[in-house]
Amino acid sequence: MTLALASASGPAPAARRRLRIERVTGLGFALPAFVLLLLTILLPLAVLLWLSFTNYEFGGVDMDWVGLANFRKALADPIIRRSLVNTLLYVAIVVPGGVLGALLIAVLVHRRKRTRSVYEVIYFLPVTSTLIAMATVWQFLLHPSLGPVNGVLKWLGLGPVAFLSEPSTALATLAVIGIWQLLGFNMILFLAGLTAIPRDLYEAADIDGCSGGIDRFLTITWPLLGPTTMFVLVTTMITAFKIFDTVAVMTRGGPVGSTEVLLYNVYLEGFQYFHTGYAAALTFIFLAFILVFSAVQTFALDKKVHY
Amino acid sequence: MAKVALSSIAKSFGATKVLDGIDLDIADGEFLTLVGPSGCGKSTLIRIIAGLEHQDAGSLAIGGSRVDHLRPHERRVAMVFQSYALYPHMSVGANIALPLTMARLRLWQRLPLLRLLSAERRAVMRGIESDVAAVAAQLQLGHLLDRKPAQLSGGQRQRVALGRAMVRNPDVFLMDEPLSNLDAKLRVHMRTELAELHKRLGTTFIYVTHDQVEAMTMSDRVAMMDSGAILQLGTPSQLYEKPASLKVAQFIGSPAINLLPATVAEGGRVELFGRPLALSVPLEPGQAVTLGLRSEALSLVQGEPGGGRAWFSARLRRKENLGSEYVLHFDLAGRDATGVTMRATPAVAAGVNEAAEVTLGFEEAAAHVFAAAGDRVEPRGQGAATASVVPLRAGA
Repeated sequence: MTLALASASGPAPAARRRLRIERVTGLGFALPAFVLLLLTILLPLAVLLWLSFTNYEFGGVDMDWVGLANFRKALADPIIRRSLVNTLLYVAIVVPGGVLGALLIAVLVHRRKRTRSVYEVIYFLPVTSTLIAMATVWQFLLHPSLGPVNGVLKWLGLGPVAFLSEPSTALATLAVIGIWQLLGFNMILFLAGLTAIPRDLYEAADIDGCSGGIDRFLTITWPLLGPTTMFVLVTTMITAFKIFDTVAVMTRGGPVGSTEVLLYNVYLEGFQYFHTGYAAALTFIFLAFILVFSAVQTFALDKKVHY
Repeated sequence: MAKVALSSIAKSFGATKVLDGIDLDIADGEFLTLVGPSGCGKSTLIRIIAGLEHQDAGSLAIGGSRVDHLRPHERRVAMVFQSYALYPHMSVGANIALPLTMARLRLWQRLPLLRLLSAERRAVMRGIESDVAAVAAQLQLGHLLDRKPAQLSGGQRQRVALGRAMVRNPDVFLMDEPLSNLDAKLRVHMRTELAELHKRLGTTFIYVTHDQVEAMTMSDRVAMMDSGAILQLGTPSQLYEKPASLKVAQFIGSPAINLLPATVAEGGRVELFGRPLALSVPLEPGQAVTLGLRSEALSLVQGEPGGGRAWFSARLRRKENLGSEYVLHFDLAGRDATGVTMRATPAVAAGVNEAAEVTLGFEEAAAHVFAAAGDRVEPRGQGAATASVVPLRAGA
């Protein structure tokens, strides 16, 4: 009441003062978060952007402004192109495998009552383990002459497969390891989504004659998992696009460049060849992909997701 | 349309016995309400009838044939849930249509992409649409068919849930506390709508509620349940006027029945606060009994109580104004009883002052007597139960 009257005849000094205090208080509360954001994300990004326009080399004393030369070079570089194709191929295998596989496991595990937690732990274990440590285990498992996987293949009468040293199988093998590592985390997310679906709905569906497994899944489970699926899809895509550790530990981009991926090239350029400016430009290309992925998915899927 | 027959239905969850041998015959077209406090087993019973739970023992017949082995949708029952259980991602129309699409289309005709190959699908869908439209028109939902459940008010959602149940033409409607999520005003309105719907459809309704007002206002018969057993089965007025036990008497009626401690004296005569009443029961002298008096059975006594019986003194604690009448709350002066409530016209209520001591009288014939175990005790037939008090007239 007083505020309405005051604003009609110009704010009273007391009201104006309160408004100013409120504003300052609001800014004060937002400030710590903003400072953190600035220091840890925005500022490094700005430095990165600035570096990508220079020919700075790590440890060098001077540098030149080269404009868009780094970007032009990257787009023309056949190695970068190949690593980009490899990365996208890897994403194309890991995303369907990691999302649909996790969904299937979650639906199966969700039905278990007593053994559910046991399965949860088993599938979640790879998430908690360090991929670098696990990579050595995988390397042993897949070894052409010593590994048990090839042992089984040999027993079945199939020739030994050099999974990691054959250009045709190396990337796919890394993708399988990538799926193995993502499965548990995605499964937990899907399980949370499944738990959030009210039991009433399944009961109503039972009474309405929608009681077969396929019907229940298509009518209730799948549509109501929409928000979860969107989240899992986006995070899986970004995680898969960031593939680096298995490549660095197990194949180093080989054989014959068949597992060279974008981040591994950034690492090589930045930390092995010390082409910091060029690496910065590559990182920007990488970030642009991630941004496009999340934006496209969020907007495209938002329309089909309920709530 | 069908009658429903339950015989010796029993159910336990682990060590907890939820239902203990329920026998119940529900007539074709009857509106039967299962009422009771929470945890009494009424929801479990209706879920067993629906086929969502399976009884440990006993059998269930709908329309004369056993349905124990049938899945829920094969039992030709429809259910309305407390939460309505509407499919949140489907439009109102699709929600109502779901039971029909499930029944009339084969699995492959419902699958994405594959369904495009079906030639007859379009004709079937047109039939479904017109059936949905007919039901929607009955429930005044016609203009809402394209909305999502989240865009509807509570009452509208309730009607969509009803529509989804009606569209299948079920033999039996099952309703599990369908009105408890509505606000008070809408609940009263939906009570009328449900009762009218029952009259119009003529189908058997089985209704679960913990609200005795819903049970009293809508039902043909009420089954009052407690601890997994039916305490009393009868018409609403039977339950109100002749409660079979203390628990029924306490649960049915608002405000709650007044309970006063009394004893049995020589010859079975009931004594209240040391004064004998014109009421005798076939019980041994010295036993404690409980006297139940509805709040409308009490009245104010003017001047000296006549005949020396059927009265007690009390002190006004609070007046509750309900508009058309008052509920007066009295403390019993010096007695270790919880106090009593009395309905009074505004004029009578105006005549009572706070903290003033008054005399309350009642007719013995209106009193219910319950033995110590809680069972109803019928008084011995006698002509002495004449009006012993003169109610205070307005303005007197």
